[in-house]
Amino acid sequence: MSAPTSSEPATAPVTRPWWLRQRWLLLRRASQFGLLGLFMLGPWAGIWWAKGNLAASTWFDLVPLSDPFIVLQSWLAVGAVTSTALLGAGLIAGFYWLVGGRVFCSWVCPVNVITDAAHWLRTRLRLPPGWRPQRSLRLWLAAMCLVAATLTGSLVWELVNPVTLVQRALVFGVGAGWTVMLAVFLFDLLVSRRGWCGHLCPVGAFYGLLGTASPLRVAAHAREACTDCGDCFEVCPEPQVISPALRGSGTRIVVSGDCTNCGRCIDVCPDDVFRFAQRYRYRPPG
Amino acid sequence: MADHPTSRNFAADRRRFLARGVQAAGAVSLVGMLLASHAEQARSRPVSALRPPGALPEDEFLGACVRCGLCVRDCPYDTLRLASFGEPIAPGTPYFVARDIPCEMCEDIPCVVACPTTALDKNLTDIREADMGVAVVTGTDTCYSITGVGRCTGCYDACPIKDEAITMELKQEGGRVYFVPTVHREQCTGCGKCEADCLYPEAAIKVLPRALVRHDVGSDFV
Ligand code: SF4
Ligand code: SF4
Ligand code: SF4
Ligand code: SF4
Repeated sequence: MSAPTSSEPATAPVTRPWWLRQRWLLLRRASQFGLLGLFMLGPWAGIWWAKGNLAASTWFDLVPLSDPFIVLQSWLAVGAVTSTALLGAGLIAGFYWLVGGRVFCSWVCPVNVITDAAHWLRTRLRLPPGWRPQRSLRLWLAAMCLVAATLTGSLVWELVNPVTLVQRALVFGVGAGWTVMLAVFLFDLLVSRRGWCGHLCPVGAFYGLLGTASPLRVAAHAREACTDCGDCFEVCPEPQVISPALRGSGTRIVVSGDCTNCGRCIDVCPDDVFRFAQRYRYRPPG
Repeated sequence: MADHPTSRNFAADRRRFLARGVQAAGAVSLVGMLLASHAEQARSRPVSALRPPGALPEDEFLGACVRCGLCVRDCPYDTLRLASFGEPIAPGTPYFVARDIPCEMCEDIPCVVACPTTALDKNLTDIREADMGVAVVTGTDTCYSITGVGRCTGCYDACPIKDEAITMELKQEGGRVYFVPTVHREQCTGCGKCEADCLYPEAAIKVLPRALVRHDVGSDFV
């Protein structure tokens, strides 16, 4: 097969090498496991670049990082917050404000590996979608976390939060933490398609809100080349975010904060419709 | 058909939207209430699980501690550990069991220094002011020294502030002369060294949360 020589959009899919069709996925997995690896370097190899976990950590015995959602709950619970926690939360919030809040989901969160695995398997098994609660449920749950912390004075959500439980289990010792991993996996496999990350997780919802204005976005740049194959909708964890950019007549930028910037649509689109773009400097083709 | 299809659709849409909102709010409130009652249970923990030095009172601690484990990492004696999911302690919170590894009462209190939150009180700069609990001689019928089995001073020897927090008091009773390990509660930090070193198989001296032990008594016995 030869590549199209003209500048017209190719109508027949060009066969791209497999690594090009998986490149963002591979990078994402490298980021997820790499970050986990950095946290495990201490307990396993005695190299303490990172200490702590996703709730709060210290890097190179110098830079504090902390999860803004947990710090917010803690502040609501006890009415006090240290400058260290505030600085750490500010650094993390600033980072995700720039690159997209749900980059946390697709590039960092260890639960994403579990829910992606469940989704992969349920696709192979051709299981029906199952329970489909409204996607806004996660926002309600996020609000509940804040209200519950305020009313009880305790970090109620942290008793069951799979995100921190799973990562802590991996970094500080598993205990019965594997039951949480299994529960999330089975829920996504048997109860609800993309159920946890797509409909329920309040942590993801919080980061989604954090990234609503982020400059780094995916753009359906070459949307005229779209052949309606539906591959991007199939693979996207939040398919509702694609339509306005791909099928609409307005901006080509995927503006919804729900988009995780996972880049999976860029990977799978046979017609190279998608690319990463800088939202505020973006120029549509032509 | 209908005269104002759009406005009717709009009204129907709004009704559906409201209904779904109420549904979601109801479901989420239910989850919230379940979690809150679970949190209530999670407030209690086994008496053998002691919090690190400088820990706020338990109620506040559970709101302030973000469960990061930085205190655990900086403890040079591996005293502290994070509760994992399924333990009868709020998951992710730090604790230690004195009989396993007690607190060595570090001069520089690295655990408190490492804590990024208010959970471990930075105002604690002198480890002797720490209050992780208070030692109580629970085995008055097992302690080798009290029962006269031998001249044991295991707990007394272990105490980092012996002669202040713990003394061996001479006691005479019906012609029997023996020494009673005696804890002075104002000075005791609850580090658990005594409990860890007690020679009796089931420690005859144990650190208990101070709330379980009366405040208004100066020391055991005497
Ligand atoms: S939605 Fe929640 S669990 Fe899923 S990847 Fe995002 S933070 Fe992690
Ligand atoms: S739109 Fe693309 S980048 Fe965004 S979540 Fe969906 S697949 Fe990932
Ligand atoms: S004072 Fe020292 S030994 Fe005791 S808990 Fe803190 S770091 Fe560990
Ligand atoms: S360092 Fe502080 S916030 Fe972190 S686990 Fe220990 S007590 Fe909790």
